[in-house]
Amino acid sequence: MRDFRATTMSWGLRNGCVELALHRPPYNEIGSESLVEFERFIAELETVFGSAHALIIHSELGPGFCAGADLRELFRRSQEVAPDARLTELREFLQRIHRVFNRIDAAPLTTIAAVHGVAFGGGFELALACDLIIADKMARFCFPELRLGLIPGFGGIPRLKRDVGNAVVRDLLLTGRSFNATRAHGVGIVSQVVAEGEALRAARATAAQLAKFDRATAIAAKRFIKPIPEEELRQEIEIFCDLFMHPAVEAGLRKFVESEDPLPYLP
Amino acid sequence: MANLHETTEAILVLAAQHFSVPRAQLSANDDFFKTLGINSLQALDLLTRVENHFHIELPDYELQGVTDFRTLAERIQARL
Repeated sequence: MRDFRATTMSWGLRNGCVELALHRPPYNEIGSESLVEFERFIAELETVFGSAHALIIHSELGPGFCAGADLRELFRRSQEVAPDARLTELREFLQRIHRVFNRIDAAPLTTIAAVHGVAFGGGFELALACDLIIADKMARFCFPELRLGLIPGFGGIPRLKRDVGNAVVRDLLLTGRSFNATRAHGVGIVSQVVAEGEALRAARATAAQLAKFDRATAIAAKRFIKPIPEEELRQEIEIFCDLFMHPAVEAGLRKFVESEDPLPYLP
Repeated sequence: MANLHETTEAILVLAAQHFSVPRAQLSANDDFFKTLGINSLQALDLLTRVENHFHIELPDYELQGVTDFRTLAERIQARL
């Protein structure tokens, strides 16, 4: 794997550890361009499955890890495309995102999300696809989708349900509130909380430790303990697409895009 | 337990330090969005610092409509 710097992300391999750095201002929102680059990254990642032992995903941007889907692009496309084609386009986008996140989820290496700042919506879902989340104490995790009339669409609920109790999932999903790193650690979402600005260093230290283990054993252990919730992921896409056609969603997206509210992320 | 004045003062100090504003330029009744020139996600950053400082959890929906330091301090007092 050669070092590569794309528009929204960069990647490289050091000492058996792949590092994927997100850098699309302002908050690494995931849109069509990010998706294409994620797909390119996955193709590259698959070439080092036999040799690399770890993958670290982090953000180069100060404000945080990732604020989720690019809602402005989503709204713009919903205005440009006829309803039938809109649904087809949306479903294809979600299926492609799911393929990428599923490849990260099941990758035969240990994956670590090094999180600082916001990990909202799709950003939280990306972190949940990883085996471990290491967060600095300023990180926040949130599923804000209900305030738009939607559910998380990048696989977040099935993955979170796999990892923690249903009451925690309901708290995050149904209130739309954000958890700080301490709370996320307390309920088992985050494996380590570190000082501000130290998440990537801690992730690298963890990756170095993983290099000591037999790869075949680590892969077998991961495959045993971390099944992909395939059926629920399929259901999630169907529910998301069904909800997306409701008028409330367009109104919610418009409100978000045009908002001058100082707190547009709050319900 | 800190009283409302002490809690307000602690928030003002946290905000001044993090957003590089002289403490003397901030007062309890200031609109922190305007005084600090911050957006919603930066306000969440302030919330996280406040939560970490006071070892509390304050659901962000409780901040809806809250724009001044004193009211923020009152919300925190209710969780201490």
